[in-house]
Amino acid sequence: MGRFWSLLFLMVPIVGVGVFVWAMADLPGMKGHWLPENINEYGKVIDDLFMFILYLTGIIFVITGIVLFWFLWKYDATQNAEPVKYTHGSHTLEVVWSILPAATLLFIAIYQMNAWADAKMRRPMLPGPDGKMKTADDVLMPPLAEVTGRQFEWRIRYAGKDGVLGNEDDVSIANDLHVPVNEEVVLKIKSQDVLHSFFLPNLRLKQDVVPGMKQHVWFKANRTGVFDIVCAELCGWGHYKMRGRLTVESRDDFNRWLDLQSREQNRAEFTPTTGEAE
Amino acid sequence: MSTTTLDTHDTHAHGHAAGMSVGTFIRTYVFSLDHKIIGLQFLFSTLLWFLVGGLLALGIRWQLAWPWSDMPVIGRMLFSAEGGQISPEFYTTLFTMHATVMIFFVIIPILAGAFGNFLIPLMIGADDMAFPTLNMLSYWFMWPAFILIGLSFFWPPYGAGAGWTSYPPLSVVTQAAPGSDRAQTLWLLGITCVGVSSMLGSVNYLTTIIQMRAPGMTMFRLPLTIWAMFITAILQAFALPVLTAAGFMQLMDRVLGTGFFLPEGLVANNSLPASGGGQPILWQHLFWFYSHPAVYIMILPAMGMVSDIISCFARKPIFGYKPMVYSISGIAGLGFIVWGHHMFVSGMNPMLGMTFMVSTMMIALPSAVKVFNWMGTVWGGKVQFTTPMLFALSFVSMFIIGGLSGIFMAATPVDIFIHDTYFIVAHFHYVLFAGTAMAVFGAIYFWYPKMFGRMMNENLGKVHFFLTFLFLNGTFFTMHILGAVGFPRRLADPYDYETFRHLLPMNQFMSICAICMVGTQILFAFNFIYSMFYGTPVGRNPWGANSLEWTAPSPPGHGNFDFQPIVYRGPYEYGSPEVDTDFYPQTQPPPTDPKRIHKPEHH
Repeated sequence: MGRFWSLLFLMVPIVGVGVFVWAMADLPGMKGHWLPENINEYGKVIDDLFMFILYLTGIIFVITGIVLFWFLWKYDATQNAEPVKYTHGSHTLEVVWSILPAATLLFIAIYQMNAWADAKMRRPMLPGPDGKMKTADDVLMPPLAEVTGRQFEWRIRYAGKDGVLGNEDDVSIANDLHVPVNEEVVLKIKSQDVLHSFFLPNLRLKQDVVPGMKQHVWFKANRTGVFDIVCAELCGWGHYKMRGRLTVESRDDFNRWLDLQSREQNRAEFTPTTGEAE
Repeated sequence: MSTTTLDTHDTHAHGHAAGMSVGTFIRTYVFSLDHKIIGLQFLFSTLLWFLVGGLLALGIRWQLAWPWSDMPVIGRMLFSAEGGQISPEFYTTLFTMHATVMIFFVIIPILAGAFGNFLIPLMIGADDMAFPTLNMLSYWFMWPAFILIGLSFFWPPYGAGAGWTSYPPLSVVTQAAPGSDRAQTLWLLGITCVGVSSMLGSVNYLTTIIQMRAPGMTMFRLPLTIWAMFITAILQAFALPVLTAAGFMQLMDRVLGTGFFLPEGLVANNSLPASGGGQPILWQHLFWFYSHPAVYIMILPAMGMVSDIISCFARKPIFGYKPMVYSISGIAGLGFIVWGHHMFVSGMNPMLGMTFMVSTMMIALPSAVKVFNWMGTVWGGKVQFTTPMLFALSFVSMFIIGGLSGIFMAATPVDIFIHDTYFIVAHFHYVLFAGTAMAVFGAIYFWYPKMFGRMMNENLGKVHFFLTFLFLNGTFFTMHILGAVGFPRRLADPYDYETFRHLLPMNQFMSICAICMVGTQILFAFNFIYSMFYGTPVGRNPWGANSLEWTAPSPPGHGNFDFQPIVYRGPYEYGSPEVDTDFYPQTQPPPTDPKRIHKPEHH
């Protein structure tokens, strides 16, 4: 039986890698079972990092799996006539297999810092007029829209004609976010009641929204189309239906759409509730 | 072997002969002060809850595979299911209670409570714990928790539904989760009782391991199981008070309106505006400050037991004993400074996220060292493929997957995408089910003869292993693929999203595997109960193992040892040239012939 069990453990790396290859190759049975299409210029670095870690861990997974199999196969008590190697370990090996993973892990840690900073810390800037630096706040790109999570919908507000968010002529829409393609977009996100998470799978973007906090997310979509906005943080019984749509369209289409929304909206009806107060 | 007999305990050992009075029965088996009985009480309770947790998981799997369709048989039994159909609020209860039960009622108490209690005095050569009454209390404090959490199922939405992490404001503002007011409060009280139980246990374990080791049992002669229990007890003693305090703060927020975790003016579902002054993220920090170390509380003892089992059935000393001890300590130490990796996208300062990312990357290192040492132990041995060994080997094989997938989410930019997706679910099930639960099965098969004096059936055990191994991979490996698509956790109906609609067939495959996996456990339950009465009776040391518990009678009487154990060496001297047998018990005196004494080479 030792043979059988050794082979069973050999199946772990074989089947494991097989399943991943199957999904990545988009073969029948697992069509579309891989990273969804990335339409964010800043998202590619995340995919690249994912694949880099996948290949790295994949190699370690296969090597350790095969070594474990080989040891079980070779040192099966019913097959192995040699006496037990009476050893308590090897200082050299311990040093080697501590330093190698440590160096690798440290490399990954440092290698990705920039991508993290780009995604969460370096909000896009507006080009300063005539190269003059103003205060830091002034040159940060202003948000295109404000997205507010509430049970169980995404409320989206665009600045109206005056270009200023948070006054009477704002355009309010539920669950329907439109953004122009090939432009840097900054969104202000917040929550009105409980935690939600603003998740755009195709943009590799996710940020929890927390009541009492205002946060910004940014991206640059490079393809037009309609995509899902997912709530990724448990927000109550209706969590599953808190679905929004993201429409990426050309600047002209976007302007036309926003204009239409602005005209159609009956502003008198829109009175912010206490929860939405700034 | 030392043969000094101690008579002091013999009188107790025969106390439970036939015809005992009710009072004696209650003192012996119910409110027992004996660590072995307490350990078995923990074992039986946790195995029963394991069944409950498994059925709750099947409820989740049912909904994900056949959303909104009537569940056969079980659907009628779950009282909240409407005509067999799972309501969305009951779905939140299902995953909340599945996690709560599995973590607080199964994994933590089965490792520390059942095996910690049973093994610590036996493995260090003590006659009982340092504080037997405290020990008894640690078990009986689980009962209020069982009852409180059990009661929470009786009010709509039939159990707490704010996730096992209980994030405010959802868990604090009762209107945010209609009907949750009683259930969530009971949940918080229940968790507090579990905390008290763990705390009593950990104080006891620490004292016992430090104070009550047999003569000659130095710290570096302790089995790795005991080292792991020792470090786990330290983790519990230092991290748990934070959870208990945070739990009380949340309770006060709910009941008294204190607002530790609510910002000013918060309104959820027409609740009164919160007076505020708090921060929802504060709870996450406090919660994970305990619950991340708790992740290691849930794996370190399993690692220790696996080390003992692998060394025994490879018939070879454990490879790198001290590096193993240092890596357990390293995991515990680093375990205190990585909690923020649960919060990379929570709104926490991204700069702070970067520091947590570095410490999280580093914690993979001691885990890697342990895996290499287990493989080194197998190398050059004579591997016996017994049931406990198969489970222990599968722990190593599966822990590699769980450990490697952890690197993805430690990488903060990647975590942005995979956070709160099934990639995370795959990761922690590989660590906690494919890892810890499999190690626990192995440990039950391994120490069963010591607990009951009879063997469990090996053939049935191997079938149980094979099927569980197959189905667990069918259930959990595919979750990595779902995670790569971004499939989110905790959605009652993810197929509403176009991005995830095509993933239904794979979910059905996983659910079928999950149902088969739970079904397979019938074999285990049968084997466990049947062997208690009809298993092959065994002597003291059926596996030919070295550590002290195998020199005591099976099962050990009250007071454990019928002689005073004196320890001459570490517990992993298999295949030693000093003796003719392939094992060398810790109590066996060294050979009298000086030529036979083995001189270790120093590197």
